[in-house]
Amino acid sequence: MENTSPAAAAPTRSLAMPLRATPKDDAEPVPTLIDVRNLDFYYGAKQALFDINIEIPDRRVTAFIGPSGCGKSTLLRCLNRMNDLIDGTAVKRGAIKIRDIDIYGPSVDPIELRKRVGMVFQKSNPFPKSIYENIIYGLRIQGVKSKTKLDEVVEKSLRGAALWDEVKDRLHESGLGLSGGQQQRLCIARTIAVEPEVILMDEPCSALDPIATAKVEELIHELKKQFTIIIVTHSMQQAARCSDRTAFFYMGKLIEFDATHNIFMNPKNPQTEAYVSGRFG
Amino acid sequence: MKRYFDSELETFRSDLLRMGEVAVRQVRDALQALVTGDVKLAERVIAADDELDDLEKAIDTEAIRYMNLRAPVATELRLVIVGMKASHDLERVGDEATNIAKRAIRLASEPPLKPYVDIPRMGTISIEMLRAALDCFIHADKEKAIAVVKRDMEVDTINRQLYRELSSFMVEQPGTITRALELMFISKGLERIADHATNIAEETVFLSEAQDIRHEESLKKTGLSS
Repeated sequence: MENTSPAAAAPTRSLAMPLRATPKDDAEPVPTLIDVRNLDFYYGAKQALFDINIEIPDRRVTAFIGPSGCGKSTLLRCLNRMNDLIDGTAVKRGAIKIRDIDIYGPSVDPIELRKRVGMVFQKSNPFPKSIYENIIYGLRIQGVKSKTKLDEVVEKSLRGAALWDEVKDRLHESGLGLSGGQQQRLCIARTIAVEPEVILMDEPCSALDPIATAKVEELIHELKKQFTIIIVTHSMQQAARCSDRTAFFYMGKLIEFDATHNIFMNPKNPQTEAYVSGRFG
Repeated sequence: MKRYFDSELETFRSDLLRMGEVAVRQVRDALQALVTGDVKLAERVIAADDELDDLEKAIDTEAIRYMNLRAPVATELRLVIVGMKASHDLERVGDEATNIAKRAIRLASEPPLKPYVDIPRMGTISIEMLRAALDCFIHADKEKAIAVVKRDMEVDTINRQLYRELSSFMVEQPGTITRALELMFISKGLERIADHATNIAEETVFLSEAQDIRHEESLKKTGLSS
């Protein structure tokens, strides 16, 4: 769909509408897709995020790094309101806008939001169903019945997740029979089947061997042509290899956010430098 | 937080500084051998060049191992890159000192063509530049590094003056040609040493600021006019 001007972006606009802008060259300024402003987030009485301000660029890979408990996964889960599923959590201040729509606004349906903002988890979690059924699960829920359409989505998604050639002859076998790396790519295929705009990845490779990791990273590189990707990772090398921007978090605060090359070559903040060079503590 | 392999970087850094000290000593001794006609000192300079060659290889080995096994980033990555480049510059400084020492031995057997004034002056400036560049390596001083870059012009100017002066010697008195040529090469060698000092100074700015100031003509436009 064409870009919408801020004025046209009333808070009531449905997030289920396709939200695509024209691809931009790296040399050009990259438009912001997700705009987080002054975000304070709490787990019950405990504040987990402090005054987060970050602009996530459209169709780029943004890496969130930082030590355990720094808030990076919390922020990731705020972006598709996964935290709503945990009792006592609350955004007490600030806003998260995706293309000018406040995703915590009263008119936003979190289920619709999660179609637009998909998620891939640390541990691959295919449903105990066939590969085929895994992929079309979201579409079935949406009521899509056409076999032609479903077949088409299955092939497109599996090709998109670089898994098609490996599984095309056993689409109706259980997804649980795949290797760990294949299961993770199956989950990515399932995520892209509903054509989201954003893919959140929470340590997607931490349970994978180097070969499977390389395949997922290769895939991330391909997927960013179409999707905005945010990846939480504990691997500095992974952040350096596959992201365009890197955000470093510490104790619930965003310490530094810059082009990945700058974060790893010349970080401005001494805490960032200490963390990326493994001197933290 | 200290890491168990931090000592590797300390060794790397101290090897580089040691190499700097040896290079400065070699230039100083080569010049002294020239001015005083001290053949033994010149021979010691020539023999000591191996020390710089060995240090260059040791630094390269340490740097390659560190990059391979420790995957350095940020300041550390810049340190390792700059260390490799600077050690190469220092090794070349050593080669120039050796060349000066060899020429000093040849010149020692003949009467001096003229009193040594300009060459010791170039030598002093080059050594000061080298020392200052090495200081910048330790103290990450961008202003001081830029001052080194600017001083390169002074050495270039003296080198050009000396070239003209020695050329007229050769034209007017062909008997001076051999000695004049030796001095021309020595002058050129000192000019190259100042260039290496300039390189190291520029590299220290990359080390401290991640900024590449090489080939910035605006930085060089001061110093003596020719």
